[in-house]
Amino acid sequence: MNEIPYLSLILFVPLLAAIIIALLPSENKQTVRWVAFIASLIPLALTVWVWLNFDAAVPKDGFKFVEQATWYEAINSTYHLGIDGLSLTMVLLTTLLTPVAILASFSVEKNVNAYMALFLMLETGMLGVFLSLDLMLFFVFWEIGLVPMYFLINRWGSEKGERELWGGIKVKARAYASFKFMIYTMAGSLGLLLAIQLIGVAAGTYDLPRLFEIWPTLTEFTNINTTVAVSTWKTVAFWAFAIAFAIKVPVWPFHTWLPDAHTEAPTAGSMILAGVLLKLGGYGFLRLVLPLYPEQANAAAGVLVFLAVAAIIFGAFAAYGQRDFKRLVAYSSVNHMGFVMLGIAAAARAIGTESATIALNGAVLQMFNHGITAAAMFFLVGVIYERTHTRNLDEMGGLFPLIPVYGGILIFTSMASLGLPGLNGFVSEFLVVRGAWDIFTSATIWSMLGLLFTGAYILKGIAKTLHGPLNKNWVGHLTEINARELAVITPLMVLMLWLGLWPGWLLNVINNAMVALFG
Amino acid sequence: MNPELLIWLIPLPPLLAFGVITLFTNRSNAASSWVGVGSAFISWVLGLLVFIQAIGIDHFGEHPFGSSVEWLPLGSGAFSIGVLVDPLTAVMLFFVTTTVLMIFIYSVGYHNYGQPKGDHDQKGLPPHGATVEHGDHSHTVPSVEPMYARFFAFIGLFAFGMFTLVVSDNLLTLFVGWEIMGLCSYLLIGFWYAKPSARDAAKKAFMTTRVGDVFMLLGIAYLYTETGTLNFRNILYNQEVLDTLAANPAIGGFWGLSAAGLIGLLLFIGTVGKSAQFPLHVWLPDAMEGPTPVSAMIHAATMVSAGVYMVVRMFPILALDEKTLGTMAVIGAFTALMAATIAVAQNDVKRVLAYSTISQLGFMVAALGIGAYIAAAFHLVTHAFFKALLFLGSGSVIHGMEHGVLHTGNHKVDPQDMFNMGGLRKKMPITFWTFLIGGFALSGFPLVTAGFWSKDEILADAWGHHHYVVFWVLAIAALLTAFYTGRQLMLTFGGEARTEEAKHAHESVPSMTWPLMILSFFAITAGWVGIPEKIPVIGGLLPNWFHDFVGGTLLKHPEALSSFDPIPLITSVIVALGGLSLGWLVYRNIKAGDEDPLKKPLGEIYGYIQNKWYWDEIYNGIFVHLANLLSEPFTYRFLDRTVIDGSLHWIAQRAFGLGGWFRDKIDGPIVNGFGDFVGSFTNRFGHVMRYVQTGRVQQYMIWAALVAFGGLFYFLAFVSTP
Repeated sequence: MNEIPYLSLILFVPLLAAIIIALLPSENKQTVRWVAFIASLIPLALTVWVWLNFDAAVPKDGFKFVEQATWYEAINSTYHLGIDGLSLTMVLLTTLLTPVAILASFSVEKNVNAYMALFLMLETGMLGVFLSLDLMLFFVFWEIGLVPMYFLINRWGSEKGERELWGGIKVKARAYASFKFMIYTMAGSLGLLLAIQLIGVAAGTYDLPRLFEIWPTLTEFTNINTTVAVSTWKTVAFWAFAIAFAIKVPVWPFHTWLPDAHTEAPTAGSMILAGVLLKLGGYGFLRLVLPLYPEQANAAAGVLVFLAVAAIIFGAFAAYGQRDFKRLVAYSSVNHMGFVMLGIAAAARAIGTESATIALNGAVLQMFNHGITAAAMFFLVGVIYERTHTRNLDEMGGLFPLIPVYGGILIFTSMASLGLPGLNGFVSEFLVVRGAWDIFTSATIWSMLGLLFTGAYILKGIAKTLHGPLNKNWVGHLTEINARELAVITPLMVLMLWLGLWPGWLLNVINNAMVALFG
Repeated sequence: MNPELLIWLIPLPPLLAFGVITLFTNRSNAASSWVGVGSAFISWVLGLLVFIQAIGIDHFGEHPFGSSVEWLPLGSGAFSIGVLVDPLTAVMLFFVTTTVLMIFIYSVGYHNYGQPKGDHDQKGLPPHGATVEHGDHSHTVPSVEPMYARFFAFIGLFAFGMFTLVVSDNLLTLFVGWEIMGLCSYLLIGFWYAKPSARDAAKKAFMTTRVGDVFMLLGIAYLYTETGTLNFRNILYNQEVLDTLAANPAIGGFWGLSAAGLIGLLLFIGTVGKSAQFPLHVWLPDAMEGPTPVSAMIHAATMVSAGVYMVVRMFPILALDEKTLGTMAVIGAFTALMAATIAVAQNDVKRVLAYSTISQLGFMVAALGIGAYIAAAFHLVTHAFFKALLFLGSGSVIHGMEHGVLHTGNHKVDPQDMFNMGGLRKKMPITFWTFLIGGFALSGFPLVTAGFWSKDEILADAWGHHHYVVFWVLAIAALLTAFYTGRQLMLTFGGEARTEEAKHAHESVPSMTWPLMILSFFAITAGWVGIPEKIPVIGGLLPNWFHDFVGGTLLKHPEALSSFDPIPLITSVIVALGGLSLGWLVYRNIKAGDEDPLKKPLGEIYGYIQNKWYWDEIYNGIFVHLANLLSEPFTYRFLDRTVIDGSLHWIAQRAFGLGGWFRDKIDGPIVNGFGDFVGSFTNRFGHVMRYVQTGRVQQYMIWAALVAFGGLFYFLAFVSTP
């Protein structure tokens, strides 16, 4: 169809750049940084081009910019890429946040080549998940994304801190966090892989557009000799999918890897973790779980909504209970991603209704919005940490006069995170609440408790850093945000405001996709 | 000019001012004042133009100004946002733009524009004064606010929020303006953020109003679900939609309400937060930590009015369920009385006004609760004028007192404590006369003041529609209002100066006194547009324009009371004059060091009301305590760290043990005995294991995962077969 394989270019330019960077001489760090940064702009430019040439208005014919090639013939798995409004939104988020995060990493001094190469590799992994239209391919990229992040946390994570296990055994906090992240996700992947194999064997294909047609209505496994009912298999496979993605989102109670990983990761690592990696989970639910298992999802919606609300409430409480600024922001992700799950759960229960479509719009928009704001929040925490070398809120206080510009930016970003109307978070939260209201009324009411405490932890963060009497220790040490850091945060702030005032440009693409997929 | 276009433009100048000041002029006080005040002026002109066009149209309510654009594509349709000016909005526009402009001008003088920089002033703290050399002697004068430009940026954003709220044609953008004001209120109450009291007050204000906001958000979602729109005209001016809302039962059958009733109740909780009604009233008195123009703007003229405006706007829905209205009447009347009792025993000149505001807002809410739509809207307008006047006047008083403090150099004297004042009528004549007008309007001084007419209308409606309990509660509250106003007037301006500082107070600068004079004009005349025609003698001399005009907002034009009853009128007159006289009698001659004369006769009650019925202590004991307990100790330490992580670690530890057993029992003795090929394999495996052991965690995590998933699969696939 297309002469130029845009999607493949978007997907593999970062990997190519990673290889080049790995081969570059490591003496000149600045060159390495700039090469990485510029390389990461290429996928962004390509994505913008695709976005502008993407006709959102054509529904029902599925995926655009499709590419298909032979890959793994023996099991009928092909290299199949394509996008619709859902994946395009996520691809845009990824290609947008990666250069921003790389620019934020210019202060990394240790082993810059490896760091940048891993970062770009990570981008390929994430993009692959969003672009794949083949289950096997999806899984391969799903796993690829893990490895660079593991090393980023383990090697470049925060130097300080220990975590006690049992019997007095202590490990380095970043080692603990990186293992926990890796193993937890792997634990989920295991079930996912088995379930994917089940589907592949039973349906005879891994091709997603075909599976969307075959799998939900499949009542008999002709290829598998089994006495177990098909519906049972499907339920098992559903839960394998759901748990794998729930760990990634993360849904309560699978969330405890997140505060550890986010807190210990380097600043840019946290930005990408919160900004994109968590969305892989939400994307998994929307791309695979709801279309492949509508019946099972419907049956399990009650469980999902309970967990979503638990994430919203306990995420907010835990965030409010933190003294570590970064951990506070980390827990805020649990709280915010809970709204994504609330939207998904509501849609699972009442798919096809007006409310469900609104809830799905809200969930996807919330993923994008949270990607922007959470990345910005982690970056701002990083800015202050690089200067003070502490994340302890009790050691800050009254910093506003020292860093007025930073202070203004922190308040702005915090308000976006809080869901202040006029900024991006509000639109998506409102849509989720509106969509979930008549489907899960009491759950929606309970979620308001979380929304209330969102305010509490955000204000706690501001009050403990900026407000109150000045902590004299930092006079002369704490410098104002610099030009590079402003270049990182400005595009994110522009998006927060733009999406708050005029979300139509993005929501139009999302809405068309949701109507086409689930309408 | 096309009025629709003008309406779109009204909110923009202050928003632009916010942007310009923040990005460009933040180092120049002069430029920031001009940008700020200029933007308020432009909005005022635009608002006035729209207002004039609106009042010139017959039956304006039937064809108001409005236009909209599509904002959110949703499902098969789209959500539109736009502007609307109907009679209610037109009136709101008039008083909101006017008071906002006055407050902007006043702020220039209040923040000591043109004064020298302070000797030790710090950002985040109020200015402390500057030393000026005059030949051989030096003296201390007020110093300019160190964050002068920032103040104008914030109030610009605030004005944008308020204007947006007023001109919105739907509940969602109204909510946007509502929350932007909430943010500005937070930023402005905490303007002197380095003061812990200001920081805490800001947090408290934001969180308390947010309690109301989350319920309001549910109400909005519910209304949207039921009607498929949030547009005011489509819902409130559409009998079919209203009938459906009234006929459908509330979701879950809550309290036997109709859908309209529950929606109304949820929205009303938003008002309880924003307009500081019981039980969410506690934030407003603390909000006095902000600079005085902020108190005037947020806590009198605009933001708290926004809460009442919203329920006035949504009245057609609220009126569909008796229980919702009844709740409002109870809460409003109770709040009116409770806040009035507290105001009687406050010594801080601004706190008296803060409680008075809560009380007056209670009057409006109660008025709506008994169905007195016009009276509530009328009191909303007159109150905005005279309360802005009073707050700005109190700021002028405080400024005068600060002069005295700078003169004597005794910073221990609280310039806001009325017992440190006295005799200021001679020192500050303009402030005195305008404050007197404002105070009389608040007390409802008969016939001349605006407050009399609006308050009388509430009482008349309560009596006329047989809500006798509400009537008597409000009458007592009105009596207390007049009493504490008399007390405030006498303590501040009456008698002789009780401190050295009060003796050296002097009148404020013209940029502060002019707004006072202009507002006092409205504090009198704003009432004349709504004199009931049935009142003897003067009724009918002026047409009851307010009733006719604003009544057109509703689909069914509300009926005026059919007959005149002297009882409410006489009650209004007696409580106003009686209260004021009583205040005058008790407080006309307080000497330095005297106790409050009420202290003895009231005994323990005095302590009770002075401590605001102990609501703060109760809330701190329950909610704040509970929140702290639930967050760190319960959710984080117990739930996440102990239960969830503990289980993971437990699994990990078992897996670790299992791994060790495999290595020692299987791997070592058995596998190793298998010859070279296997041996080398084991060697490699052992190598991996050694590596793994350095970190330890991943090993048991892998096992944990394997065991957990194996188990799960086994269970689901083979055990739970249906």
